[in-house]
Amino acid sequence: MTWVRIVAWRLAFAVPLLLAVTFGMFALAKASPFDPVRQYLGERAMVASPQIMAEIRANWGLDRPLAEQYATWLGNLLTGDLGESRSLRLPVAQVIGERLGWTLLVVGCALVLMLVAGLAAGTLAAWRRDSWLDRLVTGTAYTNEAAPVFWVGLLAIWVFSVTLGLLPAGGLTDAASATVTLPDLLRHLVLPVAVLAFSQSSWLLLFVRESVIGVLREDFVTGARARGLRERTVLLRHALRSALLPFVTIMGARVPELVTGAILVEAVFSWPGVAGTTIKAALAVDFPLLAALTLLATVAVVAGNLLADLAYTLADPRVRVLGVS
Amino acid sequence: MLGLGSEPDSLNPVLGYAPDGGALMFDGLVRRTPDLKLEPALAESLPEVEGKRVTFTLRQGVTFHDGKALTSADVAYTYEQVLKVANNSPIRGDYAAVEKVEAPGPRTVVFRLRYPYAPILQRATLGIVPEGSDVSGTPAGTGPYALVSWSKGDKITLRANDRYWGAAPEIKKLVLAYTSDDNARATRMAAGEFTATELPPKAVARFKGQPGMTVHEVPTADYRGVMFPLDQPVTGDLAIRKALGLVVDRAAMVSAILAGSGGPAFGPVAPGTDWHNPAVNGSAAPDRAKAVATLEAAGWKAGADGIRAKGGTPAAFTLMYPAGDSLRKELALAVASDAKQVGIDVRLAGLDWDAIDRRMSKDALIMGFGSPYDPDYTNYELFHSSFAGQGYFNPGRYRNPDVDRLLDAGRGTSDRAARKKAYDEVQRRISDDAVWLYLVYLKHTYVVRGDWSGLTPGVEAHEHATGGLLGTVVNWKPAS
Repeated sequence: MTWVRIVAWRLAFAVPLLLAVTFGMFALAKASPFDPVRQYLGERAMVASPQIMAEIRANWGLDRPLAEQYATWLGNLLTGDLGESRSLRLPVAQVIGERLGWTLLVVGCALVLMLVAGLAAGTLAAWRRDSWLDRLVTGTAYTNEAAPVFWVGLLAIWVFSVTLGLLPAGGLTDAASATVTLPDLLRHLVLPVAVLAFSQSSWLLLFVRESVIGVLREDFVTGARARGLRERTVLLRHALRSALLPFVTIMGARVPELVTGAILVEAVFSWPGVAGTTIKAALAVDFPLLAALTLLATVAVVAGNLLADLAYTLADPRVRVLGVS
Repeated sequence: MLGLGSEPDSLNPVLGYAPDGGALMFDGLVRRTPDLKLEPALAESLPEVEGKRVTFTLRQGVTFHDGKALTSADVAYTYEQVLKVANNSPIRGDYAAVEKVEAPGPRTVVFRLRYPYAPILQRATLGIVPEGSDVSGTPAGTGPYALVSWSKGDKITLRANDRYWGAAPEIKKLVLAYTSDDNARATRMAAGEFTATELPPKAVARFKGQPGMTVHEVPTADYRGVMFPLDQPVTGDLAIRKALGLVVDRAAMVSAILAGSGGPAFGPVAPGTDWHNPAVNGSAAPDRAKAVATLEAAGWKAGADGIRAKGGTPAAFTLMYPAGDSLRKELALAVASDAKQVGIDVRLAGLDWDAIDRRMSKDALIMGFGSPYDPDYTNYELFHSSFAGQGYFNPGRYRNPDVDRLLDAGRGTSDRAARKKAYDEVQRRISDDAVWLYLVYLKHTYVVRGDWSGLTPGVEAHEHATGGLLGTVVNWKPAS
């Protein structure tokens, strides 16, 4: 069972990696000049006595040495206690629980859209290489690669919400509605999903185009064409299929970009997901929340890579993956 | 549908949600009328404050939103939770005078104080939560509105409480939508999504004179001024501080920086409140000649570069402002350019609060405070020598035994006339000593769609947590 060994290997690497990342976060936070107590109190900090600020600091254990703070956090984590979010005044588990679903919804939909659209556009561009269509598609892809996600998001709001008035500019539901209904949610989902998918699709599209172009030159494709197979069959059954394999790995390696993309998209569209919360947690120097979110993001990246490797080995058993052959 | 700028972190009064009123879901023992007078709320009547013990008797027949009857145990629990160190309540410092709150009978609540503290009734506006309620959750309240749902980062939906002990609100369903960006809020207001919203003066301009829209400009107790370090050679010199007070152009600051939504400031107690001393006054326009005369008389002579000096010390100091606050930055720039005209060199430093923190005893700072409720609020800490060098309170280390005595007297007696006399004198003294350079009082601006009665703005606090004008929504009635 190859995949069991791959998972075991990955876990062996993931544990020290997660420890290093979270410890690094604690060390950076400790070294940061920002005072979490001041952020917690907000404007109240101006009218709170230094003694009260010191007591809050002590309650949070901020006066303890770094190693002790980290050990305490780790110990609590192992018992399933993620601590209390200081900026939201709620248990971290609850904050993440309430928001993770919305993020997964946006990221999941964006991933599907990006795969379908990216594959279609990339294959089309390769098939009609050097045509005006190809130039348009690759040109857009290069421009898009250079454009920051939040800028694309703002542009989309300007075009579709402000100028055309077609779609809502942000939020989960209309401001006046008290409950989440499906049609309302879907309308609000369109822009964030489209922007996230579009902004992350350039590399995928260009990659598919290159691979398909390469495969189209290969003997077996020429052979297939020579046998008189229909062009669509040649393109989809032969060329695209063999071009797809390396793509699975790249997909896994690109998970971090999807995570950062989601953070920016959620911020721009006031989407109440977990990614946008990361920004707020960082600005508020909200350690417990930030630590949990960092952990979550790292796990997402590790898991993304693992899934990609597994998919790859399943698709092509000859492949060697990190210590496992 | 109300559009608000900043979302509360928590809807629990124990954790500092709207302790000064405007908490639509909660009632305190007392509450304020729009013109800032206290009236009984959950208490049957306003008790006498004398000495270190205050007894409240609760109103009969009040229930929480969940149907449970209000008892004195709930009141005692609420204050205990605020005072409990482990709860990290941001407002705990406001209740430093309270030693404990007891519930000897089901309708009797006794506050035991550490020292005689006249503003205790003002502090009793804190919303009451049921005994045993979870500190991190949103508890049931007794207020005119009950919580329906709160989608974090987006909005709060409320419904009128049909069991309310007081006059039921006319508006049965209320949505508080949070949009932190001013432009986004203005756009949503213009698009008709909001019935009313708060906006900065510059964003309000487009709504002025629009049919069906009313722009409200509400005076506040929120001032901005320069906090001086008094142990330093230049800012420690009374003549320098007096000259700055004479040369700054407050009228220009109000019209240019605040877009007209504000007024000149000469002291820490807001005009329009009962405690303001009208004798502490000045001219909004600068008096350059008098400023020059003041400096000359004190021995500050102009040098070759136009900067004055005395005994080899140039008349120069650094003025800090929080870099992210554009209003304070513009005020700092204005102070520096006005000061230059009489030969005082003000160097500016835009910093973040953590950097400002370490330099407050050396450098001047653009700062803001102000509360319309009681003159003891913040002024005790700002001008009492026991707070010298403590955090943001009295970093300039102002020490004046007379002012200490007056502040203690104002806090210790509940005789209104005696308090007024003490605070009038405090305002005069700190004006004479030019402890601060007061610049402007801000106004809060709101846009309201449609015709409503019951919008009666009083002098507002700095905190937006009280909701300001929008916090009076309980009294709004459609005018027909």
